[in-house]
Amino acid sequence: MTRLRIDWTACDGRGLCAELVPELIERDEWGFPLISDAAVPPGVLVHARRAVAACPRLALSLQAENA
Amino acid sequence: MTSRSVDAALWYLGRGSGVVSLALLTLVVGLGIVTRSGRTLPGLPRFAVSAVHRSASLLAVTFLVVHIVTLTLDPQSQLRWLDAVIPFGSHFKPLWIGLGALSLDLMIALTVTSLLRQRIGRRVWRTIHWAAYALWPFAMLHSIGSGTDARRMWMVWFMVACAVAVIGILGWRVSPDFLDDRDRVAGTKLPAPRALEMTRGGR
Ligand code: HEM
Ligand code: SF4
Repeated sequence: MTRLRIDWTACDGRGLCAELVPELIERDEWGFPLISDAAVPPGVLVHARRAVAACPRLALSLQAENA
Repeated sequence: MTSRSVDAALWYLGRGSGVVSLALLTLVVGLGIVTRSGRTLPGLPRFAVSAVHRSASLLAVTFLVVHIVTLTLDPQSQLRWLDAVIPFGSHFKPLWIGLGALSLDLMIALTVTSLLRQRIGRRVWRTIHWAAYALWPFAMLHSIGSGTDARRMWMVWFMVACAVAVIGILGWRVSPDFLDDRDRVAGTKLPAPRALEMTRGGR
């Protein structure tokens, strides 16, 4: 399964990702992403990939794990 | 068509695509800066600001290709293919054409590195991306110095409008409240102390 991961040293809370994957990402009160730990559902995967490509800081990635 | 009218068509297309490229570059610089600010625009969420920045820059590349192909085919411009990429070697107006070639080289570098962003990593990409601030003035000087239309009133006004837009947005870029980080310690990723106290108080 696949999870979204954030590189916290790179992320500076621009919030593009929360706009593109509202299913799994919210913003905290300082604009940083609050990211769901859940596996990315198949239907959301396209949006997740788009968010990974759009992050201006290249801080977001998709990680495949064997569960 | 006679070959004279073909030449005339090439020359019109060459000039027109140059003007459109300058307009698009102005838009691209503006949208790049808005992307950096982390802010939205009316009707454009953050991801859209950055997506239009990207698409407009690819469109600018397309118009630059038309600009260069038409003008190297046009015998009147006396431009050789190499003059379009190697700066300052042209027989005709070497400085002004050279600034155009320099802009093209920077445009290629910015586009290629941006398309390979995931591959080359943020540091390298970001360092090269600063060249955008040299590209725009080079392209503007090239338009002023080599353009046949540069003395026409409509072109003068168009260039003034582009310059006012870029200078205005640069002023905003260097102003203290450019970044959308009101609730953080200035220049850092840390939450502002007042906000921190509020969360501590809440515990
Ligand atoms: C495929 C092409 C491009 C992509 C994907 C792209 C992407 C980006 C991104 C993501 C940012 C935000 C950087 C950040 O927030 O740290 C940015 C900023 C910027 N871009 Fe581009 N860009 C492209 C082409 C260009 C070109 C050709 C120019 C030149 C005119 C340009 C000019 C700028 C400027 C001026 C900024 C603001 C830099 C700053 O002051 O922080 N971009 N670009
Ligand atoms: S888009 Fe990137 S930098 Fe912005 S909040 Fe999401 S992970 Fe962080």
